[in-house]
Amino acid sequence: MPDLETFRDETRAWLEANCPQSMRTPLTGEDEIVWGGRKASFPSEDARLWLERMGAKGWTAPTWPKEYGGGGLSADENRVLQQELKRINARPALFSFGIWMLGPVLLEYATEEQKKEHLPKIARGEIRWCQGYSEPGAGSDLAGLQTKCEDKGDHWLINGQKVWTSYANYADWCFCLVRTDASVKHEGISFVLIDMETPGVETRPIKLISGSSPFCETFFTDVKIPKGNMVGRLNGGWEIAKRLLQYERTNISGFGSNTRVDVVDVAKTHVGLEDGVLADRDLRARIAQHKMFERAYALTTQRAQEEAKAGGNVSHMASMFKVAGATLNQERCELMLEAAGNRGLGWSGEGFAPDELAITRGWLRSKGNSIEGGTTEVNLNVVAKRVLGLRDTQ
Amino acid sequence: MTFTLNDDARMLRETARDFFREQAPVSRLRKLRDAKKNGRDPELWREMSALGLAGVIVHEDFGGAGLGFVALGAVLEEAGRTLVASPLHSSACVGASALMLAGTQAQNAEWLPKIASGEVIATLAVDEGAHHTPGVSELKASGGKISGEKRYVADGHIADLFIVAGQEGALYLVAADAKGLSRRELVTADSRGAADVKFDNVAAEPMDGGVDALDAILDRARIGLAAEMLGQASEAFEITSEYLKTRRQFGQPIGGFQALQHRAAKLFTDLELTRSCVLAALDAVDRGSNDVAEYASVAKARAGETLHHATNEMVQLHGGIGMTDEHDAGFYLKRARVVEALYGSASFHRDRYASLLGF
Repeated sequence: MPDLETFRDETRAWLEANCPQSMRTPLTGEDEIVWGGRKASFPSEDARLWLERMGAKGWTAPTWPKEYGGGGLSADENRVLQQELKRINARPALFSFGIWMLGPVLLEYATEEQKKEHLPKIARGEIRWCQGYSEPGAGSDLAGLQTKCEDKGDHWLINGQKVWTSYANYADWCFCLVRTDASVKHEGISFVLIDMETPGVETRPIKLISGSSPFCETFFTDVKIPKGNMVGRLNGGWEIAKRLLQYERTNISGFGSNTRVDVVDVAKTHVGLEDGVLADRDLRARIAQHKMFERAYALTTQRAQEEAKAGGNVSHMASMFKVAGATLNQERCELMLEAAGNRGLGWSGEGFAPDELAITRGWLRSKGNSIEGGTTEVNLNVVAKRVLGLRDTQ
Repeated sequence: MTFTLNDDARMLRETARDFFREQAPVSRLRKLRDAKKNGRDPELWREMSALGLAGVIVHEDFGGAGLGFVALGAVLEEAGRTLVASPLHSSACVGASALMLAGTQAQNAEWLPKIASGEVIATLAVDEGAHHTPGVSELKASGGKISGEKRYVADGHIADLFIVAGQEGALYLVAADAKGLSRRELVTADSRGAADVKFDNVAAEPMDGGVDALDAILDRARIGLAAEMLGQASEAFEITSEYLKTRRQFGQPIGGFQALQHRAAKLFTDLELTRSCVLAALDAVDRGSNDVAEYASVAKARAGETLHHATNEMVQLHGGIGMTDEHDAGFYLKRARVVEALYGSASFHRDRYASLLGF
């Protein structure tokens, strides 16, 4: 395909001219991630510049239409772009729930006005979004949510509480599931967009076992939002919610993974080799098995992409990937901890190197992988029903 | 890399599938067993050969179809689904590969056309102990003669031609009727049979062997077998999944119980991941990838684990009926353990993979 090769040359040249050198190195920690938004913090001037340039080009959301701030690339062009980014080890210019989760459903369900209003700001990293799904009484049974949204004529009035809202304390806007009809379950849910600066919105970070606070409780007390902030039809939110979950599940199975460090290297350092072979043979076999699992997962991701490109419907596979990805990452973190021995048991201070502390924290954080974005159990239910056609007990 | 079959491979798969479903369902293996044939079904092999299945990877100049491992893998997978009792893997995959990789021009000219037509059944004789240890051989070779013993040679009881692995990966061709060759037929749990083969000063024709050549042959054997195992595991899973939908207890299909739904969903996930590994490995052979050894160990180990899991679940989820000889579950279970061990167990390949990755 000559056009694609031209595109590759142009892309390579543009990246060469526009990707700052310091952005061509692996991320060294969570504090170097750029999330954008009104309260954006940048680890360096280069990081700010990199986002600005990529955002202006629309390459933070490469396949979105240009009119909505995207890059307008075809799937093939996007593949080339990703290859070229990888080739120079470019850091992601932007991490964004807006791009990974909200954007795709806005493209599918939102009005023209809503798309024009929100998508370009997401692509440029100007507005940071959080996800208001779970509630204290609605976890795995998400459709049991109770946050009330009432029609007050010229506005919606929202009262209730969300929980596990990722980075709500840093977010500018929240996409939120609310109850607009209490007499039915799934059919009484709507999907709304809430500006976090609206009076009555409060957030409180939750401290996790890993010591970090990536999640919040979010409270809505008599929050008024414009009528135009509902996406899709009244009581039609569940369909959008599920679609968004598919995007979420495909994207997030590996949080807490410190992928810079390879478990094999940790084992070589802290267990050591004997005649070129890891001294602990039992651990060696388990790491080998894990590395095969990792390979199998990567190959399956590749296969799904190929099948999707060929027009196959692979959306139902999201739950399978979520389950496998969470298991893989948790297994990896457990093996790292075990391989590191007492060097993986530090909590803070000078007695441990930053990489060693990251093993402990990453291991604890990974325990959430099989809970967030739909528990492993709920996702196995989805596979059993939607993929295997096993019916529930009547 | 690609996971998609081309038109040739797709057509071949369909031909094989239709043929196996109609002519070689599991009931055919059951009949062979009941008739104490120990896996012998020359008529079936003749019919398969007539369809071109014995020469899928053999070059057209030697009478084969000149297709690659992806195509052969598709056939092996279909054969695995109904536990087809034939030397398809031993001869069309391993035997043909051995000659293609290590045969001299004259050897290829003599044997490949016969292998491709199914007239000759070839097999590899490699292991000498209870486990797959290709690096260890006590085979003695001098003056064009070999002496030693090979154990549990797959299809060794029906083979016409042995490719014998010796020390340092040396390879020899020995016809089954050669003077000094004796075999003890083994009656095996999978009803397919095998043989211990003894060589007592047998005239043997050296091939262009060596450690690398033997490894390359073994990797093709492993990848082809993994494809067959994928078929077995897939079929075992699908039969089981169907049973969950039809078997009723407590007034409902047992597939409505979450405990069983989760087991089925996990097995499905396991199968999907393994399928990717097998397809990637087949493709790696055709691409001439430098990493065939890695792909082979990942595919064989994962296929072994998945098949182990699938066949155990098949028996358990069928309950009592799964324990009866009348049901097919037992055939899948017994065949599973044979192919799990053949050309290296999951444990063997974990060890090998770790070495390949340098730890």
